[in-house]
Amino acid sequence: MSDLTKMSAAQLAKAIAGKEASAVEVAQAHLDRIDAVDERVHAFLHVDREGALAAAAAVDAGDVKGPLAGVPVAVKDVIATKGVPTTAASKILEGWRPPYDATLVERLRAAGTVMLGKTNMDEFAMGSSTEYSAYGATNNPWDLGRIPGGSGGGSAAAIAAYEAPLAIGTDTGGSIRQPGAVTGTVGAKPTYGGTSRYGLIAFSSSLDTPGPCARNVEDAALLHSVIAGHDPRDSTSIPQPVPDVVGAARRGATGDLSGVKLGVVKEFAGDGSEPGVLSAFHESLEALVKLGAEIVEVSCPHFQYALPAYYLIAPSEASSNLARFDGVRYGLRVGDDGNRSLEEVMSLTREAGFGPEVKRRIILGTYALSSGYYDAYYGQAQKVRTLITRDFESAFERVDVLVSPTTPFVAFPFGSRTSDPYQMYLADLFTIPTNLYGGPAISVPCGLSEGLPVGFQVMAPTLADDRMYRVAAALESAVGTLTPPAL
Amino acid sequence: MAAISREEVAHLARLSRLAVTEEELDRFAGQLDVILQSVARVGEVAADNIPPTSHSVPLTNVYRDDVPVPCLTQDEALSGAPDAFEGRFRVPRILEEEA
Repeated sequence: MSDLTKMSAAQLAKAIAGKEASAVEVAQAHLDRIDAVDERVHAFLHVDREGALAAAAAVDAGDVKGPLAGVPVAVKDVIATKGVPTTAASKILEGWRPPYDATLVERLRAAGTVMLGKTNMDEFAMGSSTEYSAYGATNNPWDLGRIPGGSGGGSAAAIAAYEAPLAIGTDTGGSIRQPGAVTGTVGAKPTYGGTSRYGLIAFSSSLDTPGPCARNVEDAALLHSVIAGHDPRDSTSIPQPVPDVVGAARRGATGDLSGVKLGVVKEFAGDGSEPGVLSAFHESLEALVKLGAEIVEVSCPHFQYALPAYYLIAPSEASSNLARFDGVRYGLRVGDDGNRSLEEVMSLTREAGFGPEVKRRIILGTYALSSGYYDAYYGQAQKVRTLITRDFESAFERVDVLVSPTTPFVAFPFGSRTSDPYQMYLADLFTIPTNLYGGPAISVPCGLSEGLPVGFQVMAPTLADDRMYRVAAALESAVGTLTPPAL
Repeated sequence: MAAISREEVAHLARLSRLAVTEEELDRFAGQLDVILQSVARVGEVAADNIPPTSHSVPLTNVYRDDVPVPCLTQDEALSGAPDAFEGRFRVPRILEEEA
C-alpha cells in the first residue's frame, strides 16, 4: 500500500500545497488502492477515475485552490453529482445521471477536493448494515464477514480501508455515526440545517443531515467546515455562521477538558448494550475524567420512546418523499406496453424498482398518516418529539455535552438481523434521539470489543457543533485512533 | 390480536402504488405487525397538552430575494426521463378508452 493512502487529509493538503506530492499522484494512489481492495470491500458503487484525475490535474495546474486542494473524497450515492451516476443504491434510479450538483458537492469542488466516486449504502438510506443496498452489501474492513454499519456503510468502509481519506455521509437516524462506530472511524452529524440538503435525495426531510466521515477528528472537522453553512436553496438551512469546528478539534487535541461537564444518560445504562461495548465506554469515561472532565448523571425519561417515534416519523416522511419515483421524470419505467394505464405502470415500476425495506417503510408511513390512525401514530410521535427535545434542553442546562456508546453492539455478521426488521432498528437506539432533537453528535473510536471497534458518541446542543469536536478530539488524544488488520 | 391485517396491507400497498405480490403480502403483514406493536409504545406517553414538533428548526416564511437565477434547461430537465416527446414528459394514458 502506498504511504499516500495512509496519510490524513490534513497531511495530504499540506503535502500537496507544499508541492511534496502532486494531486494526481495522490488521486492515483487512492484509485490504485480501490483497484486492489474494493472487489473485497465493495465500498463503491461507482468510481469516477477520469473525473478524479482531471480534478487532480486542475489542482496541480494551479487552477483550483482551496483548503483541501487535491485531497480525495468519496461521496455517498444519495447525493446528486452532475453527470456522475447517482442511484441511492436503488434499482429505481439505476443509470441516472443528475443534471446538477448538490450544494455540498459544489462546496467540495470549491474547496479543491477530488471526488473519487460514489459509495454504497442501504437503499434510500434505510438500514443499518448496507444489506438493503440493491447492488450488494459492503463488507467491513475489520472482518469481511460482518456489516460495515448503515446506511452509510460504504463511506465508512472506504475510509477504514484507506480507499479515501474523507467521505461524505448522511445521517437521518444514525447513518453516519453507527457506520463510523463499527468501522473504527469518525463520523459526525452536524446540527440539522447546518449543512445543506439541496441535492440530497430526500428520505425524511425533517431529519436528514449530511456530514463528514474521516479517520480522525481533525479531518472530520476540516471536511465539516468546507461543506457547512447557509444555503438559500435549502429553506431549512440555518442562516448563522458555522461554529469554529476545526479550532475546537485542535483545542481538544491538547487533551485538556478542565471544567467540561459530560452528561451520562441514565436511561441508556445497560440498555441492551453488549458487555464489551459498555466496558470500552466506561474506560473512555475514566480517560476523560483524567483530562479534567466531570461526569454528571442525567435523566432523559423520554429517550426510551425515541425509537418508536422515529419509526413513525421517518417512514411517514419517506412515504411522501418517495412518491416522486413514479416512472415519469427520471429512473425506471416498467410495463409501459401501450395498453396499461399510468397508474398501472406506476405501480409496476415501483414494485420492480424498490427493495423490501423501502416498501415496508412506504407502507408503514402510509398507514401512520392515514385518517383514523394519524392522531394515534404520527401526531403522537410528533408530540413525543417535543418531549425528547425538552429532555435534551433540560440536560444541557446542567451539562455541556451528553455522552453514550454510539451503538449497542459491534459489527454483526451478515444476515443476523435481516429476518426481523425491528432487530435491525435497534442498532440506532442511541443515535436516534439526537436526530429528533436536531442537535449535532459525533462518533469517535474508543477501543475494541472482541477485536471489533466500539464507538463513543458525544451529543451537543443545537449550533454547538464545536463543543462535540473538542470532546471527541480530547478522547482521541487519550485513546488513539484504530487501524484495521491488513486487507 | 394482530395490529394490522393482510387485507389492510393490501389496501395500503394500493394507496402507495406498489403492485406487491401475494408472497410479499404474507411476509409484510407479519413484519409490519411486529413493527407496529413496537412503535405503538408512543401511545403510552401522556402528551395531551404537548404541542407537536414537525421540525427542529423554527424557521417560518423563508424567502429569497426576488432575483431571477438560472435553472435547468428543458433538455437538462428531460435528460433522465424514461420517455419524452416534443420537450415534454411522455406518460402512459391517464383516461379510459372511449366506448
